[in-house]
Amino acid sequence: MARVWEAVIGIEVHAELSTRSKVYCGCANAFGAEPNTHVCPVCLGLPGSMPVLNRRAVEYAIMAALALNCQITAEGKFDRKHYFYPDLPKGFQISQYDTPIGHGGFVEIEDGGEVRPIGIRRVHLEEDTGKSTHDPVLGTLIDYNRAGVPLIEIVSEPDLRTAAQAVAYLSKLRLILKYLGVSDVKMQEGSMRCEVNISLREKGSDQLGNLVEIKNIGSFRGVERSIAYEIARQREILEQVGTIARETRGWDEANEVTVAQRRKEQASDYRYFPEPDLVPLRIDAAWQEKLRRSLPELPDAKRARWMREYGLPAYDAGRLVEAKATADFFDTAVSRGGDPKAVANWIIGELLRVVNLRGGAIEEMELADLPTSPEHLAAMLALLEKGTISSKLAKTVFEEMCDSGRDPETIVKEKGLVQISDEAELEQAVDRVLDENPRVVADYRAGKKGVAGFLVGQVMKATGGRANPQLVNELIRRKLD
Amino acid sequence: MKLWELTAHQLAAAICRGETSAAEATEAYLERIQAVEGQIEAYLTITADLAREQARQVDARLSRGEQVGPLAGVPMALKDILCTEGVRTTAASRMLENFVPPYDATATARLRASGAVLLGKTNLDEFAMGSSVENSAYKQTYNPWDTSRVPGGSSGGSAAAVAAGEAAFSLGTETGGSIRHPASFCGIVGLKPTYGLVSRYGLVHFASSLDQIGPMTRDVRDCALVLQAIAGHDPLDSTTYQGQLPDYLAGLEEGVEGLRLGVAREYFGEGLDPRVGEAVRRAIGDLERQGAVVEEVSLPHSPYALAVYYTINPSEASSNLARYDGIGYGHRTAEATDLEELYRRSRSEGFGDEVIRRIMIGTYALSSGYYDAYYLKAQKVRTLIKRDFDQAFSQYDAIIGPVTPTVAFRVGEMEDPLAMYLSDIYLAPVNLAGIPAVSVPCGFVDGLPVGLQIIGPALSEARLLRIARAYERSHDYVRLPQLEVKDNG
Amino acid sequence: MKLSKEEIEHLAWLARLELNEEQAGRLAGQISRILDYVEQMNQLDTSDVPPTFHTLPELSNVFRDDIPDRSLSREKALQSAPARHQGYILVPKVRGGEPQ
Ligand SMILES: [Mg+2]
Ligand SMILES: [Zn+2]
Repeated sequence: MARVWEAVIGIEVHAELSTRSKVYCGCANAFGAEPNTHVCPVCLGLPGSMPVLNRRAVEYAIMAALALNCQITAEGKFDRKHYFYPDLPKGFQISQYDTPIGHGGFVEIEDGGEVRPIGIRRVHLEEDTGKSTHDPVLGTLIDYNRAGVPLIEIVSEPDLRTAAQAVAYLSKLRLILKYLGVSDVKMQEGSMRCEVNISLREKGSDQLGNLVEIKNIGSFRGVERSIAYEIARQREILEQVGTIARETRGWDEANEVTVAQRRKEQASDYRYFPEPDLVPLRIDAAWQEKLRRSLPELPDAKRARWMREYGLPAYDAGRLVEAKATADFFDTAVSRGGDPKAVANWIIGELLRVVNLRGGAIEEMELADLPTSPEHLAAMLALLEKGTISSKLAKTVFEEMCDSGRDPETIVKEKGLVQISDEAELEQAVDRVLDENPRVVADYRAGKKGVAGFLVGQVMKATGGRANPQLVNELIRRKLD
Repeated sequence: MKLWELTAHQLAAAICRGETSAAEATEAYLERIQAVEGQIEAYLTITADLAREQARQVDARLSRGEQVGPLAGVPMALKDILCTEGVRTTAASRMLENFVPPYDATATARLRASGAVLLGKTNLDEFAMGSSVENSAYKQTYNPWDTSRVPGGSSGGSAAAVAAGEAAFSLGTETGGSIRHPASFCGIVGLKPTYGLVSRYGLVHFASSLDQIGPMTRDVRDCALVLQAIAGHDPLDSTTYQGQLPDYLAGLEEGVEGLRLGVAREYFGEGLDPRVGEAVRRAIGDLERQGAVVEEVSLPHSPYALAVYYTINPSEASSNLARYDGIGYGHRTAEATDLEELYRRSRSEGFGDEVIRRIMIGTYALSSGYYDAYYLKAQKVRTLIKRDFDQAFSQYDAIIGPVTPTVAFRVGEMEDPLAMYLSDIYLAPVNLAGIPAVSVPCGFVDGLPVGLQIIGPALSEARLLRIARAYERSHDYVRLPQLEVKDNG
Repeated sequence: MKLSKEEIEHLAWLARLELNEEQAGRLAGQISRILDYVEQMNQLDTSDVPPTFHTLPELSNVFRDDIPDRSLSREKALQSAPARHQGYILVPKVRGGEPQ
């Protein structure tokens, strides 16, 4: 009988917090600067320098823990985690060992139409390392700009079973952090990174197999592919009655395989102990409550509200809520008077098309990164409703809004896109078309009423699409009937 | 009287009144260094040009009638474990032979702001690990009272410089007695302030929960003056005390009438040189005659203090010294074929024996499976030691006793590291409890200075200085040893 | 507590120290004696005693505001680096340099 295997997957996510300064010093927290220009004695780990905790970093970590339904640790502290690596300037990382900011939380993901809670073991605050670049000729080049950037580490329970669930979990985490505004969560820039722990066991067993850790995963696709690869690899070994080595493997993106990393001659021992240069962290109920009240509306709540208040279809609400940028766009456009269903249609139908065309990743974008603004969309919808522009021209106006970033009124005025609803003006155009198409007019009068559409089309063409089509239709019928 | 013979407060007053200038004082000290440094070897770096420039600036301000700080023009020495921007800071280690800090320690900056002139950086045991300066990677500093003997440590260079007239005052640092020990051996005043009173920012880390900076001076008034300049909250050191501080000079002369002093019974046990004990008892008797109430008190857990100290200290040191890996600064080996070898060679070449010993012990005490039995256990016993003091201070204003069991020993005399550790017996409990203590000269044994130790509850520095001053003013001990002066003419 | 040669080697590896035979042997003896000495702590019952990690009582929640401050100039930041290359700290090419 064939054996049925089940994967047991846990994920460790590191997300950089988008504070203005680093977690233990005042250096700017900014991506992409010249190497070693955002550094000081503290983040260089110079002899004698001492950390001072950034309040906002702590608050962001608490907010993340609250949004992930964690218990907050009231009496906390920071601990040193020791290991040697060139991008770690002090020989230890200031992290949290037994008093993470939050613990015992969960997030809900959707998997095959079912809602599945995934446990969050802990959320803790720590510092990022610098960046090493390996040059084949020179050696390792080190830039400490990133050293000391605040990080939260979010550790899931091993509640995930498939690659799809893992991706759903990561997407949900990314979305929540994005909604909170505590992290940029850009995989490409490394502001969100993940490591996957995976083991296989026979279905029904409650034993855990030997754990393999996968590192160097740089994209969601990489998460999906590496898990799939690892499940297949482990299954093959197990079915040949081999044993899985407890090890760390790296994801080779180009070849889509995991590769065993050089094993250390001896096990690491982080020698955690309380950071004596920082004082205890107390998060009392009042502080917690204040932050809880400051949390923005999170995606699940938002989707439910849109469906309830605006009658949005589940699919539309789901699409819009999936990216913070589209959700913000929707809420703002509606608050500026846009009809919810129309706004939703324009975002899903047009805005996302333009974003895709330009190769943008909507999940990583901010409202300000979008090609047009919700205010402009609301204004355009108002023009449409007033009949100032035709629905046909609206698409042209929208495209122009995206291209130039300008407001619809100006575009409509400058490009002369105002709908012609003046009867006298339209009558001239209609008369000209009727004159030029005597045979069609004859057909109509002979009872082929359907040819009216052709005549309307000719008028639209003659007016550069600006004619009010209803009015044209009415005029033609009035003249021929 | 020569300028270098004045105390810091006398010199500051003379400069302020225009009786002499910062430049003259600085030249007097540079000459004195020239004359005696060959016998003492107190300095690792002498910053003559910088000192002259600082002195010139002080004089310029004075001549313009501008406000100057309370130590304006007073030449000082800093232990070479305090960062000085642009001036090499070695911690007496090969590891930091070429390290030039891009920043000042807060204590350095505060002294600069108060007008003090930096003569140079003083020798110490490597990374402050030791009690004799025998662990300096560069050289031995000698005791100005007998140059065949050690100055004590680890702030031995600072103590010797002040005692030999090579600096008007100095800053030392303590982790387990490193100010009071050499102060006692060299016959000067040394204060270890309450943990958190003086910012540690820019003090090269040794054991973070114990480290503290303090003044090393010719007399008690100088000690108060320097403390005043360096104490107080620093936003760069999260562990500094944030409250208001008293004026340390104000009550200095108020005497000891009515103060209750406890004599620590455990500090007069086995191992104490009876002649040292006698000198200390004489001093205690004197304070009693001045109106203090003296009784015996017990600190029952003090016999465990060294065990606790030599667990916590190496543990934290092993962590703090992990940063010396040959990557961003510090010694890097010339030959390594892989990264691990680069680390191991750089560190083994850069560190001396005592440093390696402590890193090894500390690594053990923090390692998986041993943390609870060593580091955590030590931090718990530390609580018991602290409670002893809390208990004693509920009845006494201060505790008094010896600083060290013996007077200064000969260079090379103490070979066994454990025996050396045990000479911190009366010192380490104070660091563990985070409380202040001062060592003030109280006589001589065989021509070598003996120190009286006065210990108080947290933030009682003003009271300790007042007691020390009461003793000092009734005994005008010769504060400067006679040194053979090299003739440069 | 007598430390074995293997234990000494493991500690030296954790601490990234290279010890020669003679040094390792001498350290084993010295460290064992020091550990024997510090173990007298075990004579005390501390089951109900909290640890004292900080001696300044009641000090907690010391923060800085999230306001960027001036960083060092690159020249100053790297002035004590053993080797550098175009604004980076340089670690010459070594075997086995991949992350742990
Ligand atoms: Mg981490
Ligand atoms: Zn910094």
